[in-house]
Amino acid sequence: MSVAITVAVARRVLLQLRRDPRTIALLLVVPCVLMALLWWMYDGDEATFDALGPPLLAMFPFTVMFLVTSVTTLRERSSGTLERLLSMPMGKIDLLVGYALAFGLVALVQALLAVGLTVGLLGLNLAGPIWALGLVAVIDAVLGTVLGLFVSAFAETEFQAVQFMPALVLPQVLLCGLFVSRDALPGVLHAVSAILPLSYAVDAMQQVQNSASLTADFWIDLAVIVGFVVALLGLGAATLRRRTA
Amino acid sequence: MMSVQISGLRVVRGGREVIPDLDAAIPSGQITGLLGPSGCGKTTLLRAIVGVQVIAGGLVTVLEEAAGSASLRRRVAYQTQAPSVYSDLSVRENLEFFAAVLGLAGHAVDDALETVGMTESEQALTGRLSGGQRSRVSLAVALLAKPEIMVLDEPTVGLDPVLRKQLWGTFRELADAGATLIVSSHVMDEAMHCDRLLLMRDGRLIADDEPDALMRRTNTADIESAFLTLVDDDAAA
Repeated sequence: MSVAITVAVARRVLLQLRRDPRTIALLLVVPCVLMALLWWMYDGDEATFDALGPPLLAMFPFTVMFLVTSVTTLRERSSGTLERLLSMPMGKIDLLVGYALAFGLVALVQALLAVGLTVGLLGLNLAGPIWALGLVAVIDAVLGTVLGLFVSAFAETEFQAVQFMPALVLPQVLLCGLFVSRDALPGVLHAVSAILPLSYAVDAMQQVQNSASLTADFWIDLAVIVGFVVALLGLGAATLRRRTA
Repeated sequence: MMSVQISGLRVVRGGREVIPDLDAAIPSGQITGLLGPSGCGKTTLLRAIVGVQVIAGGLVTVLEEAAGSASLRRRVAYQTQAPSVYSDLSVRENLEFFAAVLGLAGHAVDDALETVGMTESEQALTGRLSGGQRSRVSLAVALLAKPEIMVLDEPTVGLDPVLRKQLWGTFRELADAGATLIVSSHVMDEAMHCDRLLLMRDGRLIADDEPDALMRRTNTADIESAFLTLVDDDAAA
């Protein structure tokens, strides 16, 4: 693995993003607008806003980064630049980590804005430290990025890549404990939700919200998400082939 | 001395035998032209030399190593037919990125830009350039590392005659400086710029010789007629 090449990839991805101010605006503004909408919907009903806010803060970075990354890497695959890079002294992990680094940075800004707005202005009640919410959001965004990288290998067009969102992300949203608490799910669904990464992200957010000090469960949740990130990075690397038919 | 040795190469794509059984050797420090109609397997052969093509059999050796070896990734450059550059980066940003991946510093970017005559457009967004300019940016990327072998897939397609002449001048300078160039084209009149020609048809080589020798052998005055005569001979055989 080469740090110089990884940084070059991350820098390049951010430079490309800079050329697309509309996407940047959507990435940063939309989560804030949605949180404000949620606050307005439950006008004065603090308990419900408190219950729904943290799971949603876990969902935005995951979903958005999944979409952005799967389309970006699909473009890289279809434009021939990926083949060119892989014929150069470029490690597969350098490329993947470079992408994760760039979108992780974007996610950090996104999380700062969304968490800051939700807790600071909209008055979400939080027992734990606010930075912990941000930390979960960023790791969650990196998770979305690596899942997008992996999935882009199975899409031939941007249409297909976008369709992986309802296929792979929405089930996680349904089962993560937002609609029905995970303990109340039917046995099979509970078992399924236990192998979906978003469940852990939502649980981590809820831990921060409910307890003043960071619990062991919070750190276990984070460790599980990081485990998913590493596993998906490995799978993603396996889809990058230097030789193709 | 030979830069590339190919023996018994067989490539199957989508169930179809694109290259059944091909032998060739490409000499060092020369421009070798790979000519033939579209769809005859030129790109597949070039990809096999670069080592990005899955092959069904045979052996491709480049600079005494197996094609695609990690140690060749700085010594062999490949320009694909479609310009493989980022359209949402400027010309200079593109080259700086690839230079960073290749671990190059200093004048590499400036030199490559100058060689392809894109110095004045270095700040332009690559996606806004004309097709010919974009393919020159792509060529500049291939030139960055001053590679020993350059594999160029139709580098002059869509370029105006003046620029085409310039680029062939550049290729000649690179070969004179010791580089081995393998250039594909389906424009026969470009063949006269090459030291050696490989004529390809249906995944097979039907000739491997110097341009003059080919014309003498076929009793023709230009490469196009030579190619057509060779195709007829090939069909009759």
